[in-house]
Amino acid sequence: MKNCEYQQIDPRALSVSPMSAQNRAEMKAQRSRRKWEVFPGKNRFFCDGRIIVARQSGVLPLTLGLIVVTCGLFFAFDCPFLVEHLTVFIPVIGGVLFLFAVISLLRTSFTDPGILPRATPEEAADIEKQIDTSGSSTYRPPPRTKEILINQQVVKLKYCFTCKMFRPPRTSHCSLCDNCVERFDHHCPWVGNCVGKRNYRFFYSFIISLSFLTSFIFGCVVTHITLRSQEGKSLIQAIQESPLVICFFSIWSILGLSGFHTYLVASNLTTNEDIKGSWSSKRCTEESGNPYSYNNIITNCCVTLCGPMPPSLIDRRGFVPLVEASPAASATEIELPPFLAKNDSNMCTRSTKDVLARMVHAFDSRGLCPPGTPKTTPVGVEVSSSPSAGCPLFSRSSRKRDSLHSSNPAFRLASPSPSLSRNTMILGEGPDVGFIPIP
Amino acid sequence: LRPPAVSSKVFVQRDYGSGTISKFQTKFPSELESRLDKQQFDETIQTLNNLYAEAEKLGGKSYLEGCLACLTAYTIFLCMETHYEKVLKKISRYIKDQNEKIYAPRGLLLTDPIERGLRVVEITIYEDRSIGSGR
Repeated sequence: MKNCEYQQIDPRALSVSPMSAQNRAEMKAQRSRRKWEVFPGKNRFFCDGRIIVARQSGVLPLTLGLIVVTCGLFFAFDCPFLVEHLTVFIPVIGGVLFLFAVISLLRTSFTDPGILPRATPEEAADIEKQIDTSGSSTYRPPPRTKEILINQQVVKLKYCFTCKMFRPPRTSHCSLCDNCVERFDHHCPWVGNCVGKRNYRFFYSFIISLSFLTSFIFGCVVTHITLRSQEGKSLIQAIQESPLVICFFSIWSILGLSGFHTYLVASNLTTNEDIKGSWSSKRCTEESGNPYSYNNIITNCCVTLCGPMPPSLIDRRGFVPLVEASPAASATEIELPPFLAKNDSNMCTRSTKDVLARMVHAFDSRGLCPPGTPKTTPVGVEVSSSPSAGCPLFSRSSRKRDSLHSSNPAFRLASPSPSLSRNTMILGEGPDVGFIPIP
Repeated sequence: LRPPAVSSKVFVQRDYGSGTISKFQTKFPSELESRLDKQQFDETIQTLNNLYAEAEKLGGKSYLEGCLACLTAYTIFLCMETHYEKVLKKISRYIKDQNEKIYAPRGLLLTDPIERGLRVVEITIYEDRSIGSGR
């Protein structure tokens, strides 16, 4: 070990910020914003970040409308007759199926599908360092891939230029939502959201319950017409004009979709992989199978539908630290952890720091802060930006924040230490800065 | 006494060799050689990997939770904490503990991977300060 003294880092110690009283007052006057307000993807948020949807709601209102109208007509016209002639359980079953379908639909639409937060500039620089061996700063490198072995199968990981990271396996970037989504299945316009790792089970239960619901309604309507026709033949023509034919066709498409997704679930595939034919036996010599499959239908089903529910990785309801313009700060200063003094400008300029200093000023971080922790005090944080991009510098300060909320209000992470919270902010679409290789 | 300045950051990337499960590489970064023992680093990463494996474990308990959730149209998640979340809290406590006992005395800081979208384990290296030297 080297013969030097290390400054003991006390994770709980927060030094008194030598900020001026005026700055403090300014910060307090500014409204604190939640992270969903500065989210870089094209999603929209409601209920103060609790609900997340894609930018275009697509035909979600139409889907809901169709379901509600169809069920409404069923309850209004078919149920009275069938309750009289058959059993009272008909509307009960119909009601349960309807509720299940609608709740699943809303859950699918409003849940974070498994969005991966974008890489922080330091991470991006680190990755850049590892792959960039030559080239000038203005040259944009060709698309990068990285090959890894998963269960003796070669899998190519692609580099996402938007999110500045190598996509994990089975992750895909949705252009409509402008996010990388884990275990990306497809972007469903009917549901108005991407279908990915976190909401696939809701989507599946939605289409299954919808299949049951439509089949049930179809069956009841047919029974109704049959029973009525036994009473009086003149009714047949009138009922033949009913939307039975439309129902008939929509049922087959829903049943077809359910069947397709049942096949996907049983083989642990995503729609994306199936369409691209990623794991089909293209090569005659080598048998390329799905490396994620457990080769057991029941296990695959259980894993996809009943597996543990992963948490939301984007922190929607956490607070964004306030940004203060600091034109006097030098361009080589880099972002400091929250407990460092704001005007600690004697930063050493080692080569990695120079790279960081030239990075774009958009950051993303997920900060954890326990509620009511007395040790979290506002401190100043400074951030660098690329002088070539001409972006103004910002200094940020952390402030006491509420505990995290994800789409699941029950999910609360108590922060073990305020020092672990890196206070950063996404400033929308920042300018794309070319990476500069370290000499 | 001036607080320490950030020297650099090391990122421990994910290990996808076993599939999409959360697992981090155990390769010892060269930047930490002067500060930390390989064995300590290994132990930290292995424990983290084990904890994540526990969170994502497929077994009777997780299936039961999944089936119960399905039957209640997933509304049960609104009032109940999932097993994964419980383990994430455990991981947070472990990281805090490790920071206090091992990393902070060496001028290092571990960042909880969940703060980085489970992409990396970020280790911040603070510049070493010999007694008497200042910057």
